[in-house]
Amino acid sequence: MTMQSLRNQFSKLPIHIVIIGICVIWLIPTLGFMVISLRTVQDANETGWWTTLSDQPGAAEYEQSCAECHGASGAALPDADLSNPDLVSNFSRSIQLVATFNKEFNGQIHLPEAARPDAESLANILDHMRRISGVDELPRAWTNNYEDALVGCRGTDTYESDCAAGTQSVDLTCDLASDLGNPRGMAIAFLNPIYVAIPATLLPFIFAAVARYAFAWLHFRGRIALFAVLIGFQIIPLQMTLIPISRLYAQIGLNGTFLGVWLFHTGFGLLYAIYLMRNFIGSLPREIFESAYLEGASHWTAFYRLALPLSVPALASLAIFQFLWVWNDLLVASVYLGGTRPGLTYQINDLVQSLGGGWQLLTEAAFISILLPQIVFFALQRYCVRGLTAGSVKG
Amino acid sequence: MLVYIVYPCLNTVVDSLRTRDGDAWATEGCLADRPCWDVFENYRYALTSELDTSTFGTTWRSFWVSSFGNNIKWLVFMVSGAVGFGLLIAVLADRVRYESLAKSIVFLPMAISFVGAGVIWKFVYNFNTGGTQIGVLNAIINVFGGKPVALLQTQPLNTFMLISVGIWMWAGFCIVILSAGLKAVPTEIIEAARADGANEWLVFWRITIPIILSTLTVVVTTMIIIVLKLFDLVFVMKGGNFKTDLIANRMYTEMYINLHPGRGAAVAIVLFVFTIPIIYLNIRRFQEQEAIR
Repeated sequence: MTMQSLRNQFSKLPIHIVIIGICVIWLIPTLGFMVISLRTVQDANETGWWTTLSDQPGAAEYEQSCAECHGASGAALPDADLSNPDLVSNFSRSIQLVATFNKEFNGQIHLPEAARPDAESLANILDHMRRISGVDELPRAWTNNYEDALVGCRGTDTYESDCAAGTQSVDLTCDLASDLGNPRGMAIAFLNPIYVAIPATLLPFIFAAVARYAFAWLHFRGRIALFAVLIGFQIIPLQMTLIPISRLYAQIGLNGTFLGVWLFHTGFGLLYAIYLMRNFIGSLPREIFESAYLEGASHWTAFYRLALPLSVPALASLAIFQFLWVWNDLLVASVYLGGTRPGLTYQINDLVQSLGGGWQLLTEAAFISILLPQIVFFALQRYCVRGLTAGSVKG
Repeated sequence: MLVYIVYPCLNTVVDSLRTRDGDAWATEGCLADRPCWDVFENYRYALTSELDTSTFGTTWRSFWVSSFGNNIKWLVFMVSGAVGFGLLIAVLADRVRYESLAKSIVFLPMAISFVGAGVIWKFVYNFNTGGTQIGVLNAIINVFGGKPVALLQTQPLNTFMLISVGIWMWAGFCIVILSAGLKAVPTEIIEAARADGANEWLVFWRITIPIILSTLTVVVTTMIIIVLKLFDLVFVMKGGNFKTDLIANRMYTEMYINLHPGRGAAVAIVLFVFTIPIIYLNIRRFQEQEAIR
């Protein structure tokens, strides 16, 4: 490496630092959230996710107050072997530990007043003891949360432990295959939006095809006015239309049906579709169309043979964005489908409202919901970028 | 489209001129032969109900925590933040080998729903009264010896916290478009400027920026539309509590929580009025494109 290229690399150092720094900041929230989704309830609620790999609570306190006599593994005293599950299982609450402090062992008081840990540390110490003795050996990370979310088991205990103890809630049978059909579970909530999103992506796609072409290449009177109206409508907030449409649906019985949602998304998707396609087809060179007309091609042939094949990337990106939009939508789904056919976003919002602190369940529910869009997005990223930039860059 | 867009819009205009519950025309309470301002009662409510108009000072202060003030904050900070970050990364990433990776990472949140993003950031902003902080941000404050803050409850801080989430989600969008714009800048011009002794800063401000100006306008107008329509993020994260409401959220509250469709419709119309300049800009652009072709 020459001196020159070395200096070049060095002068780029601030650029590297800025870019990598920003990437790290952008990744941390999602990363932390994935870690939390794998942790146990207690851990997730008590310690930060970044401590997952460091000492668990209680280890430091145990080291300070108990390790001197009992040893680091708890097995140093044969009479009081803290690694023995039979002994430790007698203590289920930290107050029971306090009762042993005044007892005398070998003529010495167990733990003199001054050396006693405060209540919070004591609770942590008990957790630690139960961990090292194997009474409740909870791993640092597990996938039980995902199972709980899929079957719809909400609470502080896991689906497995509930079923083992026979304390599962009434809507669960403890037969995994049938519990996956539980309407409160995410497995069902995962299927519903798929059922909503696929037709709601295809419909505007087909509908808009000809309209787009007309907008981009045909010259009819009032075209600009019509386009102006289109842009104006695009800016109209969706919420404005919910009530009138809802009244309409109530009259024809479409509330709570998939058909109603499909049609709604089609109506709105069409707007964006026409806008995007106009920009894209509009950016195709005019000459090819003119030469096609010169050769005697009809509008239909020009559309079918030229505009359509050339606009495949834009069509693909249109489909991706419509799919993402429908998949991620909360409002339309809650108004028209609501609890009758709950989707993922509906269930997650429900969890946010009802659980508040049930972090570990929320995270994997949310993680399940972002999984599919991420896959679609990354697999087809090239098309997304082309679609977004259509018509916005002159070149 | 007629059913899904035109009909609801007309319906909204009609609703805004009825009583707040929508059961009669707003004019019905008027006496004959006198000017009747009650027609616009819902509009008066939409514009002034959040303000404390007892003195000029209170009006000013309450304006900045009303939905209008919040929307202005969002417009200023989110648009400049997302576009600023977008431009910064687009320009810098152009010079490193892992450009596409860096852009993908920042682009990633685009595919996450507002609900998902709301959940993700609730963890970042989590606040415990006393005890260990499990939210990253408060833990960092702790490490530097600061006092943990209830980030989503303290106003006006909370609005800025929500704006950060918005930037996190939308900067990727700006990057993609701006970076495509940058790639279209002819390298000869830049080379020529460098040969004439212009430094990077000068090249950026005098050559790159003017060339990508039209792309930049598109990004800014798109972001403005996004901010004006923004609803879900505030709805999921705070439900508009602690004075984080936006105009779109107020519309929802009036319509679905207070069940006053008349007022909700008036708020919607006010929001629509704000978007007219953007519609105008977009049409101008459309006409320019037509002229070029």
